[in-house]
Amino acid sequence: MNKVVNGADEAIHDIENGMTLMLGGFGLCGLPENCISALVKKGVKELTCISNNAGVDDFGIGLMLKNHQVKKMISSYVGENAEFERQLLSGELEVELLPQGTLATRCMAAGYGMPAIFTPAGIGTEVAEGKEVRNFNGKDYLMEMAFDADFALVKAWKGDTMGNLIFKSTARNFNPVMAMAGKITIAEVEELVEPGQLDPDHIHTPGIYVHRIFQGSNYEKRIEQRTVRKIENDVR
Amino acid sequence: MMLDKQGIAKRIAKEIKDGYYVNLGIGIPTLVANYIPDDMDVVLQSENGLLGMGPFPFEGEEDADTINAGKQTITMLPGSATFDSAMSFGMIRAKKVNLTILGAMEVSENGDIANWKIPGKMVKGMGGAMDLVASAENIIVAMQHVNRAGESKLLPKCTLPLTGVSCVKKIVTEMAVLDVLPGGGFRLLERAPGVSVEEIKNVTAGKLIVEGDIPEMAI
Repeated sequence: MNKVVNGADEAIHDIENGMTLMLGGFGLCGLPENCISALVKKGVKELTCISNNAGVDDFGIGLMLKNHQVKKMISSYVGENAEFERQLLSGELEVELLPQGTLATRCMAAGYGMPAIFTPAGIGTEVAEGKEVRNFNGKDYLMEMAFDADFALVKAWKGDTMGNLIFKSTARNFNPVMAMAGKITIAEVEELVEPGQLDPDHIHTPGIYVHRIFQGSNYEKRIEQRTVRKIENDVR
Repeated sequence: MMLDKQGIAKRIAKEIKDGYYVNLGIGIPTLVANYIPDDMDVVLQSENGLLGMGPFPFEGEEDADTINAGKQTITMLPGSATFDSAMSFGMIRAKKVNLTILGAMEVSENGDIANWKIPGKMVKGMGGAMDLVASAENIIVAMQHVNRAGESKLLPKCTLPLTGVSCVKKIVTEMAVLDVLPGGGFRLLERAPGVSVEEIKNVTAGKLIVEGDIPEMAI
């Protein structure tokens, strides 16, 4: 059950033009940075990317957008990205906006082997257009389908060679649900360890969901909104 | 005297009760955290996957892995818990979060809210707003009474694309506190200090219900 590959280039070698990818992360937090760099290098195009956000101009999925590799984004929020806006307005890029919980739960459904979910999010709005509505106990719910992604690219804090993953803090976000949802899931980790070094009770994503894992490197972990408190009179 | 943003936040903080789990949206709602009394046990939920959000970190202690839904660096408090995005919206959908405070561009007299899209402008997305308004039972809107053009944001019917329908329970603006009646209509509950009922009437396009004397807000 050794899932280890040599690095990002090997991990993504069979991602081809026109495929659908899930990319973990929230804003710039918990992004599969190494896989994104490798995709940019490989230059694979016409991709559909399912990811909560679209990065910024020079980081995250923004790098793939700049390289004209993305055909369609499926996201909940795509602000803070000028190139994204330019491509969208020029018609180069398609975007499907979904409520954030719907996005997460459509990933979850795929990982749990369920074809669809019912959520009240979007009822009475344009998100509901063309979708089936069902009433349960007097309340309307939208039927939303499980995602079908060729690859899921996720970033974890620690992982073992069998693919078991542990995430850190709010860098967890979409990563575990996407890890469960890819036909092939690639995990890059800050620290790759041997089986037995992770406490089984602390594992967030069991290795059965992970097909390839590698030790990542050179994490930039850029901060989008650096907000701090002043230290007053040296008292904390 | 109209309230400033801090004043609106301060007034909304009075709606928070001991033991509440609260989700604060971006903008004025974020400021509400500054006015929660110290002796009150309140846990802030951030929909990117955190319960127990603390204040901003001290300079030099920022952690890129620990952010809030506005992508700001934050801290965690003793007793904090992190979780994935599906669980985060699970607890919202299952109504475990007691109070949701968010901003709005328009609210209608039947409680519809519009806050994500302006036709003709670049649309950034709804983020978690549609999930929150569709599920939360207790939604307070923090907003200015009028838009930049001076037009009322409390309307008979929203003109902008909706975020959710019949969901807003209460509105706090720089001029007034109002609740949305189940049968429709904005019921005036409080006025900002020195603001008259007449002034509020003039900038409320939707049906305004004024019953008896309207007290001034105590902030």
